[in-house]
Amino acid sequence: MKAIDKSDFSEFVDNLIENDDREVVGVQEKSSKYAFDPLQSADDLRLDYDVTILPPKKYFMPQRETLIEYNIEEGNTTPVNRVIPRIIMGIHPYDLVAIEQMDKVFEDTHEDPYYLEKRRQSVLVGVNMVNVSDRSFASTMGTATTDSGYDVMLTDIGDRYTIEVGSSKGSALLEKAGTAVEDAKPEEIRKVKEFKEDLPNKFKKETKFDPFELPSLLKEYYGKDEFWEENAEDCLSCGTCNLVCPTCYCFDVKDVNDISLAEGERMRTWDGCMLEAFAEVAGDENFREEKASRYRHRYMRKGRYMYNRFGDIACVGCGRCSEQCLPDIADPVDIFNQMKEGTS
Amino acid sequence: MNESSVTKEAKVIESEASLYNPQKARIIGERQMTTDTKLFELELESGERLGQDPGQFVELSIPGVGEAPISVTSSPTRGLDSFELCVRAVGNVTNALHEMNIGETVGIRGPFGNGFPVEELQGKDLLFIAGGLGIAPLRSLINYTLDRRDQFNDLNILYGCKRPCEQMFEDEVDHWARRQDIYHETTVDFCPDNVCWGGNIGVITELIPGVDIDLENTYAIVCGPPVMYKFVLQELDEKELPHEHIYLSLERRMKCGLGKCGHCQINGAEEVLYACQDGPVFNYEKVKGFEEAI
Repeated sequence: MKAIDKSDFSEFVDNLIENDDREVVGVQEKSSKYAFDPLQSADDLRLDYDVTILPPKKYFMPQRETLIEYNIEEGNTTPVNRVIPRIIMGIHPYDLVAIEQMDKVFEDTHEDPYYLEKRRQSVLVGVNMVNVSDRSFASTMGTATTDSGYDVMLTDIGDRYTIEVGSSKGSALLEKAGTAVEDAKPEEIRKVKEFKEDLPNKFKKETKFDPFELPSLLKEYYGKDEFWEENAEDCLSCGTCNLVCPTCYCFDVKDVNDISLAEGERMRTWDGCMLEAFAEVAGDENFREEKASRYRHRYMRKGRYMYNRFGDIACVGCGRCSEQCLPDIADPVDIFNQMKEGTS
Repeated sequence: MNESSVTKEAKVIESEASLYNPQKARIIGERQMTTDTKLFELELESGERLGQDPGQFVELSIPGVGEAPISVTSSPTRGLDSFELCVRAVGNVTNALHEMNIGETVGIRGPFGNGFPVEELQGKDLLFIAGGLGIAPLRSLINYTLDRRDQFNDLNILYGCKRPCEQMFEDEVDHWARRQDIYHETTVDFCPDNVCWGGNIGVITELIPGVDIDLENTYAIVCGPPVMYKFVLQELDEKELPHEHIYLSLERRMKCGLGKCGHCQINGAEEVLYACQDGPVFNYEKVKGFEEAI
């Protein structure tokens, strides 16, 4: 384990912003919330944030990205994959876990060069959570800390950060900090250990069971229509829970024409299974017409389908969906615990 | 913080990505099938064969309009350098295609999906049940079996439409009717008084009792509108045809064809199926537990 003075770290970040040819992004305050955005100065970096509005997935799977460019008249198409290399500062462990899950999705079946190249060209600087949002339940989902997924991992121990290096990309980045990076002292290593041990106490929300019970619980609850209808009753089908989720990756592909109507771009855009038209086919048939069936689908996907396919529980407990759901019906902890109570 | 840090231009890397880039295909033939449905014959500009298996689909692309999944209706045994899509004008892409003329080009990605289990069906009695546009994917396998007639046992083709004017592939249907080695029946839900119609009038399930079903050896291959599956499957159950002997081709609006976009998921209590990877052809025994399948 290494360590660096906070003042040296700021200098290091400012130096990257100024001199590195990659874009440096990090968590910053944004109208009393937090967001990942390009950094202008290390002073703007808030490594004490609780949760960001959107997860960092937007850097690997942007809200809109061009897949091909076309010429309408001739019908010619050119594949486009423009990647901005980035250093991403301040990713919490649950988001790192989510990125690792997402990597599997885009590597599986047909490797997706759009996502994967952005991943390859990114350096992930993680940070352990100093503050925990009221809705987060990462601790009981096992994602409050992580041993993988980062290139560099920081822990705030007062006037210094300890540094764990997770990859060669991470050590290459640290070399730019030069001699400011020292070996961590034994008491600093102890502080990190204590910090991690104490972290679960900071969470206000928790599941009342091991998350790996979810796949079997959901199987049992699949056919309980009333349960899903009751819980989905106030759903606005707005798709916010999908958009803010770090493990949601469904997308639409659409053509966006230039104003000249001579050229355009075929774009991949975020989509959401909670939106009414998501499972529509030609001729007005909709395979998930009821909001209860869409609501159930989201849970099945988080807790069972992705587990079957990749062995992961695709809810990392960040709490973004519950925090940002207008009618406040999207809290996974409430649903998970209701299911558990119903069976015990 | 100095000025240069604010104005620093982010480096951009241009990377390879052909995954979503369609191949150009030229329209070389066009035939009106019904008032809203046309048959298009296409040829890849590269001169290569599409190489589809019966039952597979492509993403048809018209730059400026978008992409839509369309099943390939031609058998790989015919038109070696070309392939056919039978397309109903119901959306942006399909409407735009209907406006196009011979000589113009579209984009094609694929073929995608699993197609029909041709090897498993060899030596079997086949019962094709097609409703409306469901004939399009089934036709690829029907013509495949006709071209390799000796590899298959009895062939039965049941084809139903709403009205006589909606029947497609008339010349081929006539050919099936003339052949002694095919049992073939057609039906329409409704026939106007002034139209001459030699087939049955009624729902397609009425034709099933007339088929000689050998429970050991008959395989049913079904494609039609969602409402049709329910009643056809009930009728096949009456006949006690084992569910493993029934194959269905299911429609979903695949946006990628690559098992990623999520649109073609068919969910059930146990697991989720991707119509573009696990289908679009599904064995009924495998898919019947999936509430959303049909």
